[in-house]
Amino acid sequence: MTSELDIFVGNTTLIDEDVYRLWLDGYSVSDAVALRVRSGILEQTGATAAVLQSDTMDHYRTFQMLERLLHAPPKLLHQLIFQIPPSRQALLIERYYTFDEAFVREVLGKKLSKGTKKDLDDISTKTGITLKSCRRQFDNFKRVFKVVEEMRGSLVDNIQQHFLLSDRLARDYAAIVFFANNRFETGKKKLQYLSFGDFAFCAELMIQNWTLGAVGEAPTDPDPQADDMDMDLDKEFLQDLKELKVLVADKDLLDLHKSLVCTALRGKLGVFSEMEANFKNLSRGLVNVAAKLTHNKDVRDLFVDLVEKFVEPCRSDHWPLNDVRLFLNQYSASVHSLDGFRHQALWDRYMGTLRGCLLRLCHD
Amino acid sequence: MPGKLKVKIVAGRHLPVMDRASDLTDAFVEVKFGNTTFKTDVYLKSLNPQWNSEWFKFEVDDEDLQDEPLQITVLDHDTYSANDAIGKVYIDIDPLLYSEAATVISGWFPIYDTIHGIRGEINVVVKVDLFNDLNRFRQSSCGVKFFCTTSIPKCYRAVIIHGFVEELVVNEDPEYQWIDRIRTPRASNEARQRLISLMSGELQRKIGLKVLEMRGNAVVGYLQCFDLEGESGLVVRAIGTACTLDKLSSPAAFLPACNSPSKEIKEIPFNEDPNPNTHSSGPSTPLKNQTYSFSPSKSYSRQSSSSDTDLSLTPKTAPYPQGARIYLCPSSPSLSCGSLHLKKSCLLLSESSLPPHPSSLVSPVLRKSVSFSEELFLAASGMGSGSAGKEGGPFKALLRQQTQSALEQREFPFFTLTAFPPGFLVHVGGVVSARSVKLLDRIHNPDEPETRDAWWAEIRQEIKSHAKALGCHAVVGYSESTSICEEVCILSASGTAAVLNPRFLQDGTVEGCLEQRLEENLPAGCGFCHIPYDELNMPFPAHLTYCYNCRKQKVPDVLFTTIDLPVDAAVIGKGCLIQARLCRLKKKAQAEANATAISNLLPFMEYEVHTQLMNKLKLKGMNALFGLRIQISVGENMLMGLASATGVYLAALPTPGGIQIAGKTPNDGSYEQHISHMQKKINDTIAKNKELYEINPPEISEEIIGSPIPEPRQRSRLLRSQSESSDEVTELDLSHGKKDAFVLEIDDTDAMEDVHSLLTDVPPPSGFYSCNTEIMPGINNWTSEIQMFTSVRVIRLSSLNLTNQALNKNFNDLCENLLKSLYFKLRSMIPCCLCHVNFTVSLPEDELIQVTVTAVAITFDKNQALQTTKTHAEKSLQRASTDNEELLQFPLELCSDSLPSHPFPPAKGWLTVTVEKASPVGEGNFRNRSSPPCANSTVGVVKMTPLSFIPGAKITKYLGIINMFFIRETTSLREEGGVSGFLHAFIAEVFAMVRAHVAALGGNAVVSYIMKQCVFMENPNKNQAQCLINVSGDAVVFVRESELEVVSTQQPAANCQPSCTGGEVTT
Repeated sequence: MTSELDIFVGNTTLIDEDVYRLWLDGYSVSDAVALRVRSGILEQTGATAAVLQSDTMDHYRTFQMLERLLHAPPKLLHQLIFQIPPSRQALLIERYYTFDEAFVREVLGKKLSKGTKKDLDDISTKTGITLKSCRRQFDNFKRVFKVVEEMRGSLVDNIQQHFLLSDRLARDYAAIVFFANNRFETGKKKLQYLSFGDFAFCAELMIQNWTLGAVGEAPTDPDPQADDMDMDLDKEFLQDLKELKVLVADKDLLDLHKSLVCTALRGKLGVFSEMEANFKNLSRGLVNVAAKLTHNKDVRDLFVDLVEKFVEPCRSDHWPLNDVRLFLNQYSASVHSLDGFRHQALWDRYMGTLRGCLLRLCHD
Repeated sequence: MPGKLKVKIVAGRHLPVMDRASDLTDAFVEVKFGNTTFKTDVYLKSLNPQWNSEWFKFEVDDEDLQDEPLQITVLDHDTYSANDAIGKVYIDIDPLLYSEAATVISGWFPIYDTIHGIRGEINVVVKVDLFNDLNRFRQSSCGVKFFCTTSIPKCYRAVIIHGFVEELVVNEDPEYQWIDRIRTPRASNEARQRLISLMSGELQRKIGLKVLEMRGNAVVGYLQCFDLEGESGLVVRAIGTACTLDKLSSPAAFLPACNSPSKEIKEIPFNEDPNPNTHSSGPSTPLKNQTYSFSPSKSYSRQSSSSDTDLSLTPKTAPYPQGARIYLCPSSPSLSCGSLHLKKSCLLLSESSLPPHPSSLVSPVLRKSVSFSEELFLAASGMGSGSAGKEGGPFKALLRQQTQSALEQREFPFFTLTAFPPGFLVHVGGVVSARSVKLLDRIHNPDEPETRDAWWAEIRQEIKSHAKALGCHAVVGYSESTSICEEVCILSASGTAAVLNPRFLQDGTVEGCLEQRLEENLPAGCGFCHIPYDELNMPFPAHLTYCYNCRKQKVPDVLFTTIDLPVDAAVIGKGCLIQARLCRLKKKAQAEANATAISNLLPFMEYEVHTQLMNKLKLKGMNALFGLRIQISVGENMLMGLASATGVYLAALPTPGGIQIAGKTPNDGSYEQHISHMQKKINDTIAKNKELYEINPPEISEEIIGSPIPEPRQRSRLLRSQSESSDEVTELDLSHGKKDAFVLEIDDTDAMEDVHSLLTDVPPPSGFYSCNTEIMPGINNWTSEIQMFTSVRVIRLSSLNLTNQALNKNFNDLCENLLKSLYFKLRSMIPCCLCHVNFTVSLPEDELIQVTVTAVAITFDKNQALQTTKTHAEKSLQRASTDNEELLQFPLELCSDSLPSHPFPPAKGWLTVTVEKASPVGEGNFRNRSSPPCANSTVGVVKMTPLSFIPGAKITKYLGIINMFFIRETTSLREEGGVSGFLHAFIAEVFAMVRAHVAALGGNAVVSYIMKQCVFMENPNKNQAQCLINVSGDAVVFVRESELEVVSTQQPAANCQPSCTGGEVTT
């Protein structure tokens, strides 16, 4: 006696959260059954393995049918085939688009192309995440990227509207899309200590301040016609950053800047002497990073440069985080007192964001 | 009388990509009704076209309006080649043809293609203007309301229940026409879908005409079925119960208070004073008890001679004198006869052999009929014992006469209802059923369906005579079914013989005090159990005792019925689903030989099915079956029998005896040990079941203070002790001594198997209950969470040389595993009850068995459920009365509100409000529709349930019948996920289409939903599969009880609620 056909269809589509998780994690039906058996469900319910097998198959089939709709979540809301309560729909979507930290760190900043997709095998082996799950996550990134790529308006809002994700998840996707678009290098060994959260934090700051969308974004002027691209860095701004070079190129200016910072921080910093000794190096590093951003190659290496030029020197001198904060605040603010420097607004736009990023990047 | 049908095509969405080059579609729509077709413009390059068409107007006869479906076809325009069809929508416009149902059909319909399934949705608005406003339907049958619900629909009152209506129409099956060889599968499927849609429209219209002839205005319990007879054609047949219904919203409905059901119900529970009549009959009670103690021996002696009675009773079932007759006596070898009652009164096989000229093709080559009438127990004639008191007897006689005359005028006094207005059902006799094996004639003339008519007439006649034999003049809970394999067809009919109250059956009866007084005499909750036949002239051997509830009239020891448990029945404990399952191998044969083989097997199967049912019932410690449905399916090389019913313990019936096992070789010690071991297991199981289902013998419950059945019981006890103190002892002895055990004799391995299989049925996990009736006795605190589902399983039998035992085991496992899976899947709903569990079995191919289950899981409140001290009867009565109160209050308030603005009679005023409110909202939605769908709106929820009610909600409006037929075919089975993936998707699509139609009618639920057919065929080698599904139900609007209060104070809100719900779908 073999079961040729075995189905269960409810008027309200049954969703088993545990099975959904197993499916999302890319387990085959037999693996999922084995995992469920291990969870002790048979003992709790008195069911047999055959029942579990049939149940798992049913859920997997349902999920496969739903997957097409999950690719365009608004369709899930409007479709008539599966009657699913709104709270469950939200759960299905949210979980489908949730990604693994380990996975996202591997592909963050990479081009979401076929080439990367071919590397998923390696990523799967490296992270222990099933290839199927890697593919789903990768395809999710790519799909979101494709949909919002050419769109105007706020990146987060666009993602939220087209994929009905929670605010948190939409922000994460905005970061992923932003990184993929600008191809920031995140995979270098010296960047390994950074989490996705660190990068997402930086991405958010950069989207808010350094993109085209950020320019026209005066709070009183929500002009929808304004060039509102959140994905690309503001090219003009990057060009202008060259002007900052004067801060390190002009020796007088650099000395004045140093003395202003040192005067203000004397006695307040535990690592004052190290700061004093290192000031010129640090300042040169930060300003040079800015000046180089006109080249795409250097944009990609932004994080590598920041870590090399600032985070690592601080770390080697054991700066406490609070000292870093005090220094950066003073370092940015003192520029306003430099009479010969004319690019205050530009400096603020640059340093305001960078300060936030650097503080976030300074940890072990 | 013509009408104008108006259709507007608004928009489409989620259309499939038809042009690979542009990834877009150039869609347009053809709207067809009858022979007229309109087209919309082509909406270029969009997957979400906005046609916003003009109103397409069709001027048509109302006959066409009833028969024809509205056909909407969505196509992709192609400049150079033929336009490609995207899919179709069929809309049944019948609900628009009667005033109380829907006024507009408007909403998103899934676009369905028989090859690709659902491909996007289309927004359509349909209206009908019928001319001749006053009395507008009188001349035709539109306007007759149809209900699938097998009880009087919730917001109506039955003025008269007229009786049985039936009709069938026949046509050639397009799939078997010559043209099918040259057309595409899609064209063939569509031809079939369209034809069936047309045929059901025609059938409904014809039935409607019959109802009008009977002066009714509605059909309740409408059951329509398709017989796919293959080459010999396609039969669409329907049965139903014609009624005159009155909408409860009209105050006239309850002005004559004495007629209103609610009044009567209220009187029963609140009448605390013992009825004076009961007191006066006191002295006779002790006498009765004495008779009682001696009666067993009498009935035993009668039993032995009863087979003669059977013979004399059944001649009618053998209308062909030349046919051979075989009688199967209860004392067949596998059962020992002594103390056992065989519920099976008789098995009769009448066989008419070949007509003189076998070459004649006109008449059926061979005809066999097997009929079987089961124990029937009932009351009316009980007055023979003088127990009914002074008035009861004569009144009953009078009642009987009245009913008789009312019913005898009818050809078939049948009722497809399974639940009845209070007081309608007087006594129940038992199950009557008939089956007949027919050879489908190859030459078929669609214009003369007489052969099919004659077949059914024959079977119905048989049913009628069985009912007569039981002293009943009516059959309730009546249904018909067929099973077809190649050219052999088994026709089956079954129902419950009953005695009815004539009040509902006639026009303007002298209602007066007659029935009123009579009903006072009838003890609540047990009257229907009393035997209707004459005790001295019993139609079959049965063991009678005095009713355990009222102690006045005789009751049988076991009662089988096809109806739902009456609301006022006194039940102890909870009920449970009981199934008998059986397979029998049969040699492959052709035509007559095949039919003969089947006919020969049938009686044995019936017999065994009943034995199994009886054993399982006893094992559960219960004494009555409700909702019994026995299905016999025929396949190429086997027959399958599946009986489902809900077992309960009726307080009026005696405690069932146990099951005793007897060995054949008493000398063998180890064997004896084995036997006693088995016996112990059985006894343990019975004890366990009694605990599980909370079956406490009445003796115990009596002692609980404020307990259930209280009044009558305590009284009789009191009286007994007055007269003679030893009485009670006698009675106890009697009831124990009489537990005359059903003896199972284990004389061979077969019998052993049977016993084993008895014990293998696993009870549902704790927190789960199941039944196949509408309500579960003992549970009535339902919460509003419901989940309707369909589950299908097909197994392939592996070995080629199967034995009956192996088959039985496979089949048993299949059903048990299926149930286990259901329990597992629905575990999050615990505590919950599976209601209306409907199993159907079919044998699609040689080694395939297909089982389809549809049921609804309803959660209930555990805390309340624990208070089992309150009897079900009491509670349900209360519930019923509050039901009615609310029902009546609701419209009343509406009326008073609407009166000032509408100087019509209130009922009309209410309706007018509905219409006015509904249409603006509809229009509003329709205007909004052009704006792009906003991301946050969701599709309105449509509930589906096989029950006639929705727990925790009031049905405020019936919108019309849903009757849909779909075919789905694939030539890429593997790609669609194999057979499971294919059928899973199809059933989900069917649900979606039902929901969409209900929502478009403005409804938010389907009640009495049933999947009547699910025919699945596969050919994995060719990567093909095909499935046909037929579903039906009643579209309704319901309002949550919690919302009801708010709603009734703000009535306009209440009225637009449905349209809002419908509207949500459209935004």
